[in-house]
Amino acid sequence: MRFSKLLAAGVALIASAAAAQTPMPAYKGIGAPATKQQIQSEDISVSPEGKGLPPGSGSAKEGAAIFAEKCMVCHGPNAEGGKIGPALVSSKDAHESLTTMKPERSLGAYWPYATMVWDYIHRAMPRDKAGTLAPNEVYAVTAFILYKNRIIQETDVLDAKTLPKVQMPNRNGFVPARFADIPDEHKRGCTQGVCP
Amino acid sequence: MDPKKPGRRQFLRNSAALAGLAVGATTVEKSIAAEVPEERVDALHKHGERSHFVDSIRRGSINNPERRLPGEPVAFGLTTPLQDSAGMVTPASLHYVISHGYEPPDINPREHRLLIHGLVDRPMTLSLGDLMRLPSVSRFHFIECHGNSSTGGPGGALRVSPEGTVQDTHGYTSCSQWTGVTLSLLLEQAGLQKGATWIVAEGADDYKHAKSIPIGKALDDALVAYAQNGEPVRPEQGFPLRLVVPGWQGINNVKWLQRINVVDEPYMGMMEITRYPRLLPDGKSRWFEFELGPKSVITRPSGGHRLPAPGFYEITGLAWSGGGTIRRVEVSSDGGQSWKDAQLQDPIARKSHTRFTIPWNWDGEETTLLSRCTDDNGVIQPSLAEVAKIWGTDIDFFKKTTLITSDLNAIQPWRVNRDGSVKNAIF
Repeated sequence: MRFSKLLAAGVALIASAAAAQTPMPAYKGIGAPATKQQIQSEDISVSPEGKGLPPGSGSAKEGAAIFAEKCMVCHGPNAEGGKIGPALVSSKDAHESLTTMKPERSLGAYWPYATMVWDYIHRAMPRDKAGTLAPNEVYAVTAFILYKNRIIQETDVLDAKTLPKVQMPNRNGFVPARFADIPDEHKRGCTQGVCP
Repeated sequence: MDPKKPGRRQFLRNSAALAGLAVGATTVEKSIAAEVPEERVDALHKHGERSHFVDSIRRGSINNPERRLPGEPVAFGLTTPLQDSAGMVTPASLHYVISHGYEPPDINPREHRLLIHGLVDRPMTLSLGDLMRLPSVSRFHFIECHGNSSTGGPGGALRVSPEGTVQDTHGYTSCSQWTGVTLSLLLEQAGLQKGATWIVAEGADDYKHAKSIPIGKALDDALVAYAQNGEPVRPEQGFPLRLVVPGWQGINNVKWLQRINVVDEPYMGMMEITRYPRLLPDGKSRWFEFELGPKSVITRPSGGHRLPAPGFYEITGLAWSGGGTIRRVEVSSDGGQSWKDAQLQDPIARKSHTRFTIPWNWDGEETTLLSRCTDDNGVIQPSLAEVAKIWGTDIDFFKKTTLITSDLNAIQPWRVNRDGSVKNAIF
């Protein structure tokens, strides 16, 4: 009895030390602590700089076969788009089209981060079978699509280190450029609820 | 009364008994039973239905399913029939819907969990039961798509057509009473760590929509809602949980909310980065536009209505602002030469639709009706010419563009013709 009380006190002490940074929760007995395992299995977030990318790698060469098997049916043999899936390859003057009345906001011409391509394939593709591609396959298909967009070479190997370094053509096409400036929406010179 | 034989009153109350009583029914009972089909009586008794004389419906591309190829994902938009609206609440069944190619997931609320993790001391999962034990708030808030009233993009042609109704021009906004737990309470419960500057909210739909939101807004007035207008949130609105981010573009209000990741920078969700930034004339894009400006529109009389004869009409409409509370709505019945203050109907709530009314006598001559609102920050709804000036362009741009002209809060003119017809007069 005494021993178990001591143990409980010890556990409580450790717990309070771990939670010293912020006050204890106001509402007791609500929710369940999320285990590391649980978080790992549900956390699919990938940051623009590649935080959250898992181990694994792939090249366009490997990606071509996977694309043909799992993606082509919707997106066409060369990712040019099909009846069901949109084009994943940008036309050559797509980036220039952004200043015209008919801008092409396609993957190669518009997306600012290569990590977004990995993230979207991983979370949403193939349609109706999302989550079935292994990390190696996602790296390989990402490489294939970026290669088809003339952004990387066919033999380039993408992994958690190299993928975030891939420079997308429209990387500097967004304002405000600094993340820290984004939340200050009211500093953008908006008047009458309209921002310039 | 014979206790084995149910009385007539009980008969009327109990629709389940209706079927069993058909044989021994009296004349009155038979005639009642004949008037309304049994399954309809059952529905009327259990959860109610509107009169079958009411034909107000959401409209959008879903009404053209024959154009859809087998397996083709169709991004559809369904608009709220504002021309038939009354008061400031939108029935949940008529709340606008934008779907980016997916149907709502069928989620068992008993199995659903909200995971809060990342830069927190106590990562946790919460069931619906957990959330319902916590202190709740109920608040009226509008949700509006950033593309509402856009002159370009998928709905552009109808929006600028003289035949456009207020459903076509402004139907991507709706207002509900949302009930749930403040996100600030949940984040305090989890214990925010140093460096926590953004959250990424994620839905349980098939593409797991993810939206980055600055922590300031998350702690200010965001809400994890489990109820809408007194009933569980509807499936196409995010059942069982929806993140409500008051006054901010619709995309922030993540449906089927399953995960909140507390992080130190914006994460780039496909939808928020590739579809929602606003392209500027120099080819740059403004990303992460959040707050919707003050906006109002006359809903009656409006496009497609016909005034039967000169005489008295109440002009009525809706005003809202992502910046706060509507303080004033002015209405002009002479094309903008003179303005009069409209009455605001209670309830007048923050970041919510507000109903306004003003009496009007139509003399039978051609005229144009306009409304403009002011919120409690003193921000006044602009004209289209004023929006064009701020954007460094001209009205011609709005005629030609193929783009969604996002956050367009320009004053809406309705032209009343001598024959009583009412037309969209944006240009």
